[in-house]
Amino acid sequence: MQAKKRYLLVSVGACSLLLAYLCGLQIGEFHNQNHAELYGVSQDAGVPPRPPRWPEWVDPPPQTYLGEAEQEEDGPLLLHQHTSPRERREIQKNIYKSRRCRMETCFDFQRCERGFKIYVYPSQKGEVPSESYQKILAAIEESRFYTTDPNEACLFVLSIDTLDRDQLSAQYVHNIRARIQSLPLWYEGRNHLIFNLYSGTWPDYTEELGFDIGQAMLAKASTDMDNFRPRFDVSIPLFSKDHPQKGGSKGYLNLNNVPPLRKYLLVFKGKRYLTGIGSETRNALYHIHNGDDIILLTTCKHGKDWEKHKDARCDRDNEEYTKFDYQELLHNSSFCLVPRGRRLGSFRFLEALQAACIPVLLSNGWELPFSEVIDWSKAAIIGDERLLLQVPSITRSVGSDRILALRQQTQFLWDAYFSSVTKIVLTTLEIIHDRIQTHMSRSRLMWNSLPGGLYALPEFSSDLTLFPFYYSALGKSPSQEFTAVIQAVTPLQSQQQPIFKLIHAVAKSKFCAQILVLWNCEKPPPPRNKWPSITTPFSIIEGKRKTMSGRFFPHQAIITDAVLSLDEDSVLSTNEVDFAFIVWQSFPDRIVGYPARSHYWDSGKGRWGYTSKWTNEYSMVLTGAAFYHRYYHHLYTYYLPTSLLSMVDQLANCEDILMNFLISAVTKLPPIKVTQKKQYKETMMQQGSKASRWADPDHFAQRQSCMNSFTSWFGFMPLLHSQLRLDPVLFKDQVSILRKKYRDIERL
Amino acid sequence: MCASVKYGSRGPALIPRMKTKHRIYYITLFSVVLLGLIATGMFQFWPHSIESSAEWSLDRRSVHDAPLVRIPMSSPIPERGDLSCRMHTCFDVYRCGYNPKNKIKVYIYPLQRFVDEVGVPISSTGLSREYNDLLSAISDSDFYTDDVTRACLFIPSIDVLNQNSLRVRETAQALAVLPRWDKGMNHLLFNMLPGGPPDYNTALDVPRDRALLAGGGFSTWTYRQGYDVSIPVYSPLSAEVDLPERQPGPRRYFILSSQTAIHREYRVELERLKEENGEALLLLDKCSNLSQGLASVRKRCCKGQVYDYPQILQESSFCVVLRGARLGQATLSDVLQAGCVPVIMADSYILPFSEVLDWKRASVVIPEEKLPEMYTILKSIPHRQVEEMQRQAHWFWEAYFSSMKAIGMTTLQIINDRIYPYAARTYEEWNNPSVVKWSSVNSPLFLPLIPPRSPGFTAVVLTYDRIESLFRVITEISKVPSLAKLLVVWNNQNKSPPEESLWPKVTVPLKVVRTKENKLSNRFFPFDEIETEAVLAIDDDIIMLTSDELQFGYEVWREFPDRLVGYPGRLHLWDHEMGKWKYESEWTNEVSMVLTGAAFYHKYFNYLYTYKMPGDIKNWVDAHMNCEDIAMNFLVANITGKAPIKVTPRKKFKCPECTAIDGLSLDQTHMVERSECINKFASVFGTMPLKVVEHRADPVLYKDDFPEKLKSFPNIGSL
Repeated sequence: MQAKKRYLLVSVGACSLLLAYLCGLQIGEFHNQNHAELYGVSQDAGVPPRPPRWPEWVDPPPQTYLGEAEQEEDGPLLLHQHTSPRERREIQKNIYKSRRCRMETCFDFQRCERGFKIYVYPSQKGEVPSESYQKILAAIEESRFYTTDPNEACLFVLSIDTLDRDQLSAQYVHNIRARIQSLPLWYEGRNHLIFNLYSGTWPDYTEELGFDIGQAMLAKASTDMDNFRPRFDVSIPLFSKDHPQKGGSKGYLNLNNVPPLRKYLLVFKGKRYLTGIGSETRNALYHIHNGDDIILLTTCKHGKDWEKHKDARCDRDNEEYTKFDYQELLHNSSFCLVPRGRRLGSFRFLEALQAACIPVLLSNGWELPFSEVIDWSKAAIIGDERLLLQVPSITRSVGSDRILALRQQTQFLWDAYFSSVTKIVLTTLEIIHDRIQTHMSRSRLMWNSLPGGLYALPEFSSDLTLFPFYYSALGKSPSQEFTAVIQAVTPLQSQQQPIFKLIHAVAKSKFCAQILVLWNCEKPPPPRNKWPSITTPFSIIEGKRKTMSGRFFPHQAIITDAVLSLDEDSVLSTNEVDFAFIVWQSFPDRIVGYPARSHYWDSGKGRWGYTSKWTNEYSMVLTGAAFYHRYYHHLYTYYLPTSLLSMVDQLANCEDILMNFLISAVTKLPPIKVTQKKQYKETMMQQGSKASRWADPDHFAQRQSCMNSFTSWFGFMPLLHSQLRLDPVLFKDQVSILRKKYRDIERL
Repeated sequence: MCASVKYGSRGPALIPRMKTKHRIYYITLFSVVLLGLIATGMFQFWPHSIESSAEWSLDRRSVHDAPLVRIPMSSPIPERGDLSCRMHTCFDVYRCGYNPKNKIKVYIYPLQRFVDEVGVPISSTGLSREYNDLLSAISDSDFYTDDVTRACLFIPSIDVLNQNSLRVRETAQALAVLPRWDKGMNHLLFNMLPGGPPDYNTALDVPRDRALLAGGGFSTWTYRQGYDVSIPVYSPLSAEVDLPERQPGPRRYFILSSQTAIHREYRVELERLKEENGEALLLLDKCSNLSQGLASVRKRCCKGQVYDYPQILQESSFCVVLRGARLGQATLSDVLQAGCVPVIMADSYILPFSEVLDWKRASVVIPEEKLPEMYTILKSIPHRQVEEMQRQAHWFWEAYFSSMKAIGMTTLQIINDRIYPYAARTYEEWNNPSVVKWSSVNSPLFLPLIPPRSPGFTAVVLTYDRIESLFRVITEISKVPSLAKLLVVWNNQNKSPPEESLWPKVTVPLKVVRTKENKLSNRFFPFDEIETEAVLAIDDDIIMLTSDELQFGYEVWREFPDRLVGYPGRLHLWDHEMGKWKYESEWTNEVSMVLTGAAFYHKYFNYLYTYKMPGDIKNWVDAHMNCEDIAMNFLVANITGKAPIKVTPRKKFKCPECTAIDGLSLDQTHMVERSECINKFASVFGTMPLKVVEHRADPVLYKDDFPEKLKSFPNIGSL
């Protein structure tokens, strides 16, 4: 008996060994297979047979899918040749209306031939639109597209508040149908843009607006893909009535943390609707709530009679709900769940975006805000309501580098398109603008990378490498030359004038491609032979408008990426010009120059102050001697509103401050000051020798008030301080001057 | 346990008696096991060609052997296709499942020959060459599965590429009898020529329930955004004609029109443009005098002169692609192949793969009405942009148009991206040609941020055993206002760090981490103890930096948080004689590196250095005990495309290159090795990422004639 037992034991042992061995082989093989697939290595004959594939026919079909006729031309039926394309277009315009509207059938492009101008109907007496709608109208009226003349308008915006079309709401405007029909320019809604935040009502929350919008475009929040007319409507984000008019608060991210994971993985805090449309999504959230790193809190409390519908979980949920602070959750979570509510969009979306909490969208069929231009996959995780249970594993599978990128993108998008009502409105308008001038529209790159579509004007060029923003993304660098633009306001009298020295010094720079003198003097410009004789191309441009802003006009003659902006009495050596240009090449999106100034908050007067004193930091570089990208001429002239430009012209002052405001608003970075040099003008060096605008005591006060006007238009103070200046590497180092490249800078 | 004890106690007594029996038993047992092992081994490693070839031979079938399926007249017809279908309403996502590879599985129905009740085939041509190529490419791809139960997407083998060659009703019935049809759910149809005379619908007319349609020539009214896929109309010429590479640049003609079936109305307008602008335009038409046949497809004529098509397309900067009866035109493919920028005039046309491709970078879209303005519009495009578009156009063709395989794979990838949107290919991956991918830089820290001062920085001091010097460094650094924490990386395994009581008293937390090996990379390890984003890497002998200089360095880092901000600067130079890179530590006017013996940087780069350093650079550094700073400079410059920032004037650092390892003096070999490092790293990176600059950062009032006590950083540059 014992022997048998032993035999049995040994045989069993041996068998299990064999089995283990075989299993080992199998696992190994499995690993190999995974490995191969992971790296896209095709499996060769050594590994298991590939699945039966599409056969390799012994007689592969010889004929191509194009019939004989099609190969030559496309459906060449003579019959068809009789339908004129013009007629076909007319027929289409009649068929594709209302719900099937597209730009080509419901929009009258001819109205826009004189530019993209927007007319807002005058408001009716005694009628006060909601706060949000007032902000929308104000944003349009302050934009560069606004016109008061309906005849030159391309787009029309109603003065009737259409934001809230929920019949149960207090803001609901009655009798809208008749009022719209009575508008003299309505034309069935052609070229009209209607804003809406809430449509439909309890219980089914349809996209019903309560009136026929006809051929009008709809800029609507919570749009459903089904009702959305692609490239005709615009999906806008849902924003609250407290959303700021301008500027807007910054995103919460002020430094990039690594590792980027925050305390919580995924959070949500909000109401849930116990029954009815859209309730399932939030009601199911408790399935993935784990109380540890996934905190999804819902409350049943809303409305008067919530207790009637209350379910088994309500009490527990309500209790949990009060335990956590929403702001605390927002700031400390990597991802924020944005599930649909009654409607598809919710406030949670913008909140998450601002908090740099990567939105995880659970809202099937939602046409995301500005989806026509924004690539949301770069800033959000687009989930599927049906796959709620996968959300934890999906969010956990997002790598650190991706989180870092997604998070930064949320901040960029927030700041570029969402942080104020003005930005939301302007984005809407620019999207429509892009459709009207298709060959001059923004590419996806312009919309989805810094500084964003509102600051990148496509009219400047269709060549992205001509902008200061995309060099690294396209693997390009700015051109190696610059154009000197000298602003001349005094007549030429003697060869001793500073402008002569300046022209000679600049012309000696090997990077100087051309010198342009902007003749802004009342007298006619002197002939070429009165000017210094230099080999560098030299030309004089007489401004049509001899104004301060004229110095930043994007003249055709400027062909280099870099502009060296100079006052006629600036004093610069060739060395200084060269060095500043070399530095600019490393920072082509900023102002790089010599004289610096600073701003500060004057808490006593409650306003911004301007100082030209020597300080440890600066926030502006004067454009009397500075390099910047030529694109900023275009932006200055066409982006800024006429109100600011005419203010500058009237004062004949502040143009340099405005340029600094603009560039810092675009880049979110301070300018760059180079070298020690502070005084840069003859007149400054010989005090009081000549009456210049610098000597004027009003001059300074004006600059102070300019700053405050500019701040109010921008809606925030864009200037930023820098504590450093850039010097040549060997500047003032104790080494032979012969070793130094920029010797003149040393001597100053 | 019990049994074995028993066995153990009684065993010895039994052995003598059973010995031979045992032996026989064991021998047989082991031989069996051995044979088994050998057999399995043989099985594992024997080439599988025997079985495989059997299967392959099965595959060598004839198209005509495909089983015949007769469809009765009364067979059900699917519904027409729901225009409101979207992925979340008409697509069963549960079939795709969650998998770590984020790849959908695609099943292809085996080929069948469908005939109607009386035996007439449902299609006049049957399987076309292109559809066969497409299915074959899919079955060769990673998407393919032969397991119908695991499939997420189903592709019928019924060829509907060209609607003209099939019978609409019968084809629909054939679709409906497919075993997994289920209202067309998760089925994908490929169609390039939709509609038929006289009105030419812009989507396939075959009723198809909820099936997805990959269609050529969608209009905005038939295209279900986010559900259908707009695909190109494949041009068979692509496979026949091998056009020579043509560099982008100005070409003989400015605008070329090569289509033969242009409506008279358009031709009149084109001719008017030609009259106005002369030689810049070339309008081609059919050749009337040539004999019909293949040759005529490859020829175009103008006033009796014969041109080769598609070669002539390479002679023009822009090529007109006007709509015909259909919106999608095979000409578009030829035009792209020739690197000619297409001027697309087809109102409401959904451009191929427009869901992912940025057509603005490769084409000009002009409304049909604006045809008369075409010349002016095109003239306004800068030359450089035209060249860029030419390059992009050709690249689009190569990547997405050139073969049925390319078209099929792109379509599946688009659908895959919708099902796993969190793992989707990015805009850059879709739209940047490899040239751009290679040269472009997308910095991982791209957002312009000036971090707040308050978190301060963590000083990481790498030390071996120079205690005295280390303590001096610690004392000096501790005076810097923004210092948040001191971390001493103790790289000496043979010696313990001094007792706690012996360390200098500092106000900030001081931590000592002991390393397992004396490696230089330890200094860049992302220790959990580093809680600030700013890291100051500093050697244990850098005692010459003043508190002002260090504080200023931190302020500079705040303005450039994505760069290395350091004190001693170095340069790489091209040695023309030797034909290789050289390391330069002399007083130069330029800087391309800063030494990490004293440098601020973002903690992110610690992760990058430790986990993402390309090639064997990390090991090389540890083996040679040198160049860790050069490696860091390469890494940061490569990923950000930016130069480091040198701060403050040059000082006489006592051999800054002699890192933390004691006893290594500044000898010639050490410096020679650093030149070797540069060459070695450049070859690993495949490029020279370092950027040369001529500036350094100083405080705004440095060297100014200004009261010192009013300066933020007065003590700068003292020796």
